Amino acid sequence: MLSAEEWGIVSLSLKVGGVAVLACLPLAFALAWLLARRAFPGRVLLDGIVHLPLVLPPVVTGWLLLIAFGPMGPAGRWLESWFGVTLMFRWTGAALAAAIMALPLMVRAMRLSIEGIDRRLEGAARTLGAGRWHCFWTISLPLALPGVLAALVLGFARSIGEFGATITFVSNIPGETRTLPLAIYSALQVPGSEATATRLALLSVLLSLGALLLSEWLVRRTHGERQARGD
Amino acid sequence: MAIDIDVTKRRGERVIAARFVAERGLTALFGPSGAGKTSILNMVAGLLRPDSGHIRIGARTLFGSGVDLPPEARRVGYVFQDGRLFPHRRVRANLLYGHDLAPPGDRWMGLDEAVDFLGIGGLLGRWPHSLSGGEAQRVAIGRALLSGPEILLMDEPLSSLDAARRGEIMTVIERIRDELRLPILYVSHDRAEVDRLATQVVMVEG
Repeated sequence: MLSAEEWGIVSLSLKVGGVAVLACLPLAFALAWLLARRAFPGRVLLDGIVHLPLVLPPVVTGWLLLIAFGPMGPAGRWLESWFGVTLMFRWTGAALAAAIMALPLMVRAMRLSIEGIDRRLEGAARTLGAGRWHCFWTISLPLALPGVLAALVLGFARSIGEFGATITFVSNIPGETRTLPLAIYSALQVPGSEATATRLALLSVLLSLGALLLSEWLVRRTHGERQARGD
Repeated sequence: MAIDIDVTKRRGERVIAARFVAERGLTALFGPSGAGKTSILNMVAGLLRPDSGHIRIGARTLFGSGVDLPPEARRVGYVFQDGRLFPHRRVRANLLYGHDLAPPGDRWMGLDEAVDFLGIGGLLGRWPHSLSGGEAQRVAIGRALLSGPEILLMDEPLSSLDAARRGEIMTVIERIRDELRLPILYVSHDRAEVDRLATQVVMVEG
């Protein structure tokens, strides 16, 4: 049904999306925890910065990444000189762009589930002899897990759909940075490629819808449990 | 082993203050709802920090004189009003949560013994949400006992139960008081409960 080239596009997209959400996960969880649990000066500002990619034109995000991670950018120069790593025009750069675009969605989903944890259960665990970290690993994290999984799925869906920031930051290079949306865009530029565009578009719809349904199911599952508990 | 408590805590407009020494047996903190009885238990457990004063169990200082032990270091078992079982762990794992964390030398009851004592042998494989109120409260008591506490705090443990269950759990509490000889701080606003269970009554005014 799909040509070898099209399979390549799909597998590149999955790779970019997978790396993006997994790399983003620890940071997103830490931010969600911070925003849900801690009061500190600058909290509102941090919340705003986290959400910025959601409302900023993606092309601006891509351009900011270019400034920061390009060969002359501070982050780009640092990565190059210390690790010999370049992100610009590489699939890793596409993953970075996707991660930044997915971050606000992931933080939101996890923050909701962290706020939903009954903190009195953590108090109970402490009186039973659990230190802060043991309590986190055995009580807080397991109770937040459905939200973390939902965040992964949502972030993944957002990542494989990333277009504007990606094409601005890492361009549209076949086999390196041409993910599903970029491939669809390219196909639409070439007369006679409508069939390819249609197939890839259909695939996009299926992947996104599947991810949405999965994350909805995960969220519902937690709420169902809560109701059964009578909270 | 005496529990020596002298604490004050400002909560908004109100000041919660308590000063008493609880001897062996069951000491009831008795008073109207909202008088701060639960706050006193929370201060003993280390879940709420007093503004000043001290909390001592025997020769051990939990709070005061520059000491403020975290809850996990206090060896204080706490049975909450609503059971507060961990919803993602089966009954057995709930019971063993504190037991596994306690240093072996601090434990004075084993799982089998606790299960017999409370009559919860049939519940070990169940999930907390499938338990009745009385069953959940028994498991919560077992979980606290198994963590090897030196004293037990109970915050209106009967308030969500029907009359028949209340009687059963009161019998359990009496046995903890008389057979296990564990000092108990017991919060209640029910005169009949206090009359039946308490060996000492501390009035807490709002």
